[in-house]
Amino acid sequence: MTEYNQAYTGTVTRYVAVESYTVTPVDVAIRAYEIAKGVMIKENCFGLVIMGKEEEVDRVIAEVRKMDPIHIFVKDRGFPPGDARRCRATLGGARPGFNGIEFEMTILPYISNGLGKTQNLDTVTVPVPAKAPSDRRLDVYTLKRMIDAQEP
Amino acid sequence: MAKIFIYPATSLILSDLVTRFGHKPLGSAIAIRERVQTPGLESSPLQITPEEPKKGLRWAAVEVPSGVRGRMALYGPMVEECDAAIIINNADLAFGCMGCARTNELLKFLLRQKKIPRLELEYPRNEAEGVQFVASIKKFLTEPGVIK
Repeated sequence: MTEYNQAYTGTVTRYVAVESYTVTPVDVAIRAYEIAKGVMIKENCFGLVIMGKEEEVDRVIAEVRKMDPIHIFVKDRGFPPGDARRCRATLGGARPGFNGIEFEMTILPYISNGLGKTQNLDTVTVPVPAKAPSDRRLDVYTLKRMIDAQEP
Repeated sequence: MAKIFIYPATSLILSDLVTRFGHKPLGSAIAIRERVQTPGLESSPLQITPEEPKKGLRWAAVEVPSGVRGRMALYGPMVEECDAAIIINNADLAFGCMGCARTNELLKFLLRQKKIPRLELEYPRNEAEGVQFVASIKKFLTEPGVIK
């Protein structure tokens, strides 16, 4: 094993995912570049990757979020932007971890709708499930019944 | 500001909603960042060294595969640190190899064993469920007395 020399110590990296019909990732990137001030910004297909000191990154995110608060989503990322261990420029194909974002991007419109509708909603009136909902996946017995029901 | 463990630990939606409602999400990115930014031995891609399965012994028995123990070295400290947890059951994106699957089971078990406020949900499949999903999380995170 060789010695590992870390880079960008003390920084944070965050994803900004844009799922908006009025704002595109390009618009968000331009706004972020305007106020970047030492923060590294990388644009990608679904939004941005922003890296820098935590308070600086949070400032940029707070500012770009104002463009469309309920359609811009943020999450932490472990690796810095363009890291050879994760970047598809060096690995080829989809970046490891993109499957998760891709899956959740399909659900984001429901979340945006929910955020919009619950903004002024009193939480007391919100119906919360008393326990975890039952498993909605297709079980093996139902599948067997469906197969048996097929005509030869 | 409370520390909320999110499951799936890589969830964009949970990470965003927890931050949006004023708390700190604990997910895998935090543990990975800690390793990526700490000097040591080169162990690409995630900087998981042979030390990690040893650390994982705190949460999983010695006969448990090292893959699970290595993963628990990432998640275990966060499970101990968290003040509350939000779990999405039957999450398609949490699908993975046997190591991931068993770690996920152990994670959920540990979170359920720990006496902390816990919210269990499923991903919404339509707009009505989306409203209930967001409202449940908002209520859980903002209602006084739920999270200390």
